[in-house]
Amino acid sequence: MLVHLRRSLVMAVICLVLFGFVYAFAGTGIAQLFFKNQADGSITANGSTLIGQNWTSPKFFHGRPDDFGPYAANAKQDVSGGDNPLEANGFSGESSATNLGPRSKTLETDTKELVKFWHSMGVNPTPDLVTTSGSGYDPDISPQDAYVQIPMVSKATGLSPKVLRTLIKSQSHSAQWGFLGASYVDVLQLNEALAKLS
Amino acid sequence: MSTVLTPPSPDASAHGVAQSRGLFDREILGQALKDSFRKLDPRWQVRNPVMFVVLVGSIITLIESFAHPSTFTWSITVWLFLTVIFANFAEAMAEGRGKAQADTLRKMRSETEARRLRADGTEELVAAALLQKGDLVVCEANDVIPSDGEIIEGIASVDESAITGESAPVIRESGGDRSAVTGGTKVLSDRIVVRITAERGHTFIDRMISLVEGANRQKTPNEIALTILLAVLTVVFIPVVVTLEPFAGFSGATVSVVVLVALLVCLIPTTIGALLSAIGIAGMDRLVQRNVLAMSGRAVEAAGDVQTLLLDKTGTITLGNRMAANFFPVQGHSEQEVADVAQLASLADETPEGRSVVVLAKENFGIRERELDPSHVFVPFTATTRMSGLDMGTRSIRKGASESVKTWVTNQGGSVPSDLDEIVEKISRAGSTPLTVADGSTILGVIELKDVVKQGIKVKFDEMRKMGIRTVMITGDNPLTAAAIAQEAGVDDFLAEATPEAKMALIKKEQEGGKLVAMTGDGTNDAPALAQADVGVAMNTGTTAAKEAGNMVDLDSNPTKLIDIVEIGKQLLITRGSLTTFSIANDIAKYFAIIPALFAVSYPQLKALNIMHLHSPQSAVLSAVIFNALVIIALIPLALRGVRFRAANSAAILRRNVWIYGVGGVIIPFAFIKLIDLILVQLHAY
Amino acid sequence: MGFFFTLVALVVLLGVTWRYLGSYMEAVFDGRVHWLGFVERPIYRALHTSPEQEQTWKRYAGAMIVFSAVSLVFTYVILRIQGSLPLNPQHLGGVGSGLSFNTASSFVTNTNWQNYGGETTMSYFSQIGSLTVQQFVTPAVGIAVAIVVVRGFSRRNSPTIGNFWVDITRCMLYILLPIAFLFGIIFVAQGAVQTLAGTVSVNDALNGVRQTIPRGPIGFMEAIKQLGTNGGGFLDANSATTFENPTGLTNFLSIYLLLSIPVALTYTFGKMVGSVRHGLALLSVMVILFGVWVGFTSYAEHQNNPAVAAAGIHSTVGNTEGKEVRFGDTSTALFGVASTQTSTGSADASYDSFTPMGGFGLLTGMMIGEVTPGGTGSGLYTLLIYAIIAVFIGGLMIGRTPEYLGKKIQAREVKLAGLGALVMPIAVLIFTGIAVSIAAGKAGPLNHGPHGFSEILYALTSQGNNNGSAFGGLTGNTPFYNVVGAIDMLLGRFGIMIPVLALGGALAEKNVVPESLGTFRTDNGMFVGLTIGVILIIGGLTFFPAISLGPIVEQLSHGRFF
Repeated sequence: MLVHLRRSLVMAVICLVLFGFVYAFAGTGIAQLFFKNQADGSITANGSTLIGQNWTSPKFFHGRPDDFGPYAANAKQDVSGGDNPLEANGFSGESSATNLGPRSKTLETDTKELVKFWHSMGVNPTPDLVTTSGSGYDPDISPQDAYVQIPMVSKATGLSPKVLRTLIKSQSHSAQWGFLGASYVDVLQLNEALAKLS
Repeated sequence: MSTVLTPPSPDASAHGVAQSRGLFDREILGQALKDSFRKLDPRWQVRNPVMFVVLVGSIITLIESFAHPSTFTWSITVWLFLTVIFANFAEAMAEGRGKAQADTLRKMRSETEARRLRADGTEELVAAALLQKGDLVVCEANDVIPSDGEIIEGIASVDESAITGESAPVIRESGGDRSAVTGGTKVLSDRIVVRITAERGHTFIDRMISLVEGANRQKTPNEIALTILLAVLTVVFIPVVVTLEPFAGFSGATVSVVVLVALLVCLIPTTIGALLSAIGIAGMDRLVQRNVLAMSGRAVEAAGDVQTLLLDKTGTITLGNRMAANFFPVQGHSEQEVADVAQLASLADETPEGRSVVVLAKENFGIRERELDPSHVFVPFTATTRMSGLDMGTRSIRKGASESVKTWVTNQGGSVPSDLDEIVEKISRAGSTPLTVADGSTILGVIELKDVVKQGIKVKFDEMRKMGIRTVMITGDNPLTAAAIAQEAGVDDFLAEATPEAKMALIKKEQEGGKLVAMTGDGTNDAPALAQADVGVAMNTGTTAAKEAGNMVDLDSNPTKLIDIVEIGKQLLITRGSLTTFSIANDIAKYFAIIPALFAVSYPQLKALNIMHLHSPQSAVLSAVIFNALVIIALIPLALRGVRFRAANSAAILRRNVWIYGVGGVIIPFAFIKLIDLILVQLHAY
Repeated sequence: MGFFFTLVALVVLLGVTWRYLGSYMEAVFDGRVHWLGFVERPIYRALHTSPEQEQTWKRYAGAMIVFSAVSLVFTYVILRIQGSLPLNPQHLGGVGSGLSFNTASSFVTNTNWQNYGGETTMSYFSQIGSLTVQQFVTPAVGIAVAIVVVRGFSRRNSPTIGNFWVDITRCMLYILLPIAFLFGIIFVAQGAVQTLAGTVSVNDALNGVRQTIPRGPIGFMEAIKQLGTNGGGFLDANSATTFENPTGLTNFLSIYLLLSIPVALTYTFGKMVGSVRHGLALLSVMVILFGVWVGFTSYAEHQNNPAVAAAGIHSTVGNTEGKEVRFGDTSTALFGVASTQTSTGSADASYDSFTPMGGFGLLTGMMIGEVTPGGTGSGLYTLLIYAIIAVFIGGLMIGRTPEYLGKKIQAREVKLAGLGALVMPIAVLIFTGIAVSIAAGKAGPLNHGPHGFSEILYALTSQGNNNGSAFGGLTGNTPFYNVVGAIDMLLGRFGIMIPVLALGGALAEKNVVPESLGTFRTDNGMFVGLTIGVILIIGGLTFFPAISLGPIVEQLSHGRFF
């Protein structure tokens, strides 16, 4: 028993050093040396391309409604991360989903509200545009999600649907290696490109 | 209930100890019915965890029935009690068969007086009950032998039919391997002195009685393991059912205690739980019906596991005796001549070998049996002369071991033919025994005595091989002879020139490799090997030492029965495994009957699970409970008779049983629960 | 079509892994791998032990229990005092006692249930020194216990079953460390964050959004999180976040990593017992059940979310609620099944928002005992428990004392296997029963109706199976759920491990019965079928009533919302 205890204590310290600090520090060293941009969070001038933002203006393509309408941070802070990795525009938060069940009355009414909003913007919404993401700050939408927003963006910016279509096409990524996951558009990059156009 | 009665099974028609009784003998049935209620005693029930839970459950529903009386609660209560009673009935049926046999034995047990020999040689009459181990008693014609013992003087023919059921008397004589006598058997002729070898209450018959009664029946290793598994399957369902109450409460539903108890009883493995002990008792019973007494259930189970069978050649593989097969003349003589003289030499020889010579000469050469003249003197075989024959005045004829006959002929001035040795050797090489025949100083030829392999034995060995059992023939013959017979009989291996030590060594070698070994034996020198073997079957004709060393005794003294014993051992396990599978597989249908019924009010959506379209929630629950009870009764004949066993490899056996009891066990209850539901509706019960 | 290729790629990659990682692990535990000897040997010296010092199962279990207890205390203490420790750029305070106990129990049992949000609760020191360390230690302990059972089969007449310290050291050094390090680099290259520099603030001039973004040593933790079937990520939303799981490739590699060791251990098993066919049979059990669950769950997730459909949106891209665009519906379902059936519990979506039948797939995947392929080590040893029960019933049906790999399965083995099979369902059912009965438990669920019940049932099933995934709506950081969950996790881990070690010891002591035609074959389709039957029947029969009150009734409630 005592010999077990002594060995356990020694082993615990060895593990702390070897599999805690040596592992994490060596990993960080290599990451910082070879993949600095990624390791630091893929930060660009207007934020991280990997963290979704709340796009409220019809002049921009919108992302998933994580912080929008019924899911806006000020309305239901307890439900959603709301495009809020730790803090956004004064609201604190963390990554999280709404966790509303598939037969949730709340989900049904929230979705209806979003559908109404999109219709008011002249957009026939796709499922992604009325449902929230798993992380609470999904940076991506599918190309289709972008295409359906063309009437809204076109009206607000005056850019022709054709131009916008070309823009979306140029910003679309197909599934990685052609089959891993799904095709997507990074909303921040799309809007940065859009801003350059207008 | 009368609908499930079946006619007596044909295989139960053995005799002797195994009184012929149908599966549902009227007398046994009556007693079993009475016992079924007697066994409701919780102290008895607690030995069987599965049925104990059912009993507790039925008491709970009984209380509920008084608190909230309704046809439904009362029906459930009655059927739950019936479930326990049916289980008791199954066990009582199995025990009843044993009890009936024990009664027969008890009637036979000798209460007569014994003629004890005093030290001075005079006799005194004492009650058999007072006999001590080591006492000497005298038995003459028509005396019943008072207790187990060994003949130390004399020879007698004994009627052992009381034990073996075999009506032909057997010879028992002092010395050698046929000296043991059993208490309760009857001397038919002559006088013997017997030394008592058993204490009162520990005689062979006493042991038999307690065995067939199952008085101190102990659970076998596999039975214990299975009981544990059944306990696990019972324990796990208790929280399943108990937590349903808070689960339902959270969902705003209420569930009745009666239905929860019904669900629990339906889920725990009641079918196998109810039949488990009946299967074990019936397995022993099946052995007894074949005149084999197993000293423990453990041995029967071990028989199913046996991987190596050691079989004595003589009596098991070959008929007990050699038979004359051919006559080989030496140069200058004819076959006819040899046959003629050989027959003459054998006319007075009553041994089976001698008879076979007479018969062969008659059949192959048309030589009629001649009448023996009173003046003709028969010279019997002795260990020193190693010859037998006939003296007719001045003419002497002999047959016997080649060397002896050669000496005998040379002594009379005759000569040994040059080709004799060659013939003798040829016969030996073929695995046969040569007997040289001489008429006076002239050697005429050789008789070939051959071992005759039993009919059908080869097929049996093939079956054994399919089951993965290796057969090894044990013989005192030389390797050449042994190899020839082994090949003819189709055994996998043989041990030639076997000594008790070699036999023992072989058993140990097999066991070191993890194999279980079975063997038969009768002689005192077999005793150590019988004790070492995992399954040692002693012949009833054998010595006391052999019988005590083995863990089974074959009353018929038929070594071939080892094969039957293996099959019975396997059948016992298969029956348990199959009914366990059946019992668990049944649960699926019961769930589909009860779960939608349970939540019919709070979650009518779950009606979609009522795939049997049972009439109402109450009829659904009751149908499941009734099925659960009736299936026990329906399976009693199977439990008592055992699942059909056919020699085949493991994969084929498994496939068959998985289909019948696994897949069948899933499907059958759907049909029958639906049927019971329809009947309940017809009866306007619900 | 993409999903089809994903599956093909996964099968091919796992096939290669099965063969080569499997035989490599056999070599590691046989002591034939030494390339990190310069680290390995000093560890033995420090512990005063050596590979030659074999232990009986009791000593092995003793060492395992004491070491786990010490690990629990270490983890707990670090969490409590993290405010005073370095590597805390967010200046987070010490973690509360209930949450610390729950989290320590969670990481020491390989569960990685998280009643906290990582980025708002744990300092870097805690993430590295407390949580990541256990992500190396616990899979090693699990694998070691599995190896003990395998040794039980491969040894004969042996009183000892190995050396605990040597087994876990070898496992961490030669198996977990190199693979995790390699994949850590890939994860970072794909975009996972790996820095000690603290949070970063960004300002988007286009739409006037300011964000503070949490960062940390995430990528390398991610690799061991998946490889060790741990599941506890750096961030609250786990693998759904881009910082943990940035791309379709990392998502695929996550699935691959968490399946790799549990799958390959069946090869190790086969090689150690001298019959790869036997390993293949166990692999088949895993693959068949896993395949059925993947098919079922990805089909379910490709359907409409009922609530979204009721709002008038009919989807051709499946249920998108709670899912990330870059993964898509079917790959997310695949991740979910892989994660729940490996006792990993990582999540690349909100499992709470899966369709009723999708959630059914995840929940039942755990209820069948985490054996398809199950956690690192725990999957194999739990599967062997079911295999032993299958062998016992099957063996009886052919009329022999049942034997598995020549070892007779008798009362003692049945008792231990039965005990191992009982603990999880009983703990899950009873704790769920308590939780739904008392106010503290009933306060937990976010959703109403049957889904609320599912949230509680899921939580206690997940913890009892050491999975760690959640129907995230449940508020778990309460005194009640912290304590009950911790007990559930500890029972689910050690309540099975101890009988399993005893089983290994009992088997090792036995001689081997030679195989014959009469032997119950344990390397063919019939055995695979029987084992699957036992798994489904035990899991199905014990959880059918509970599951029918949760996902089943939810699925059948057409047009009703709660």
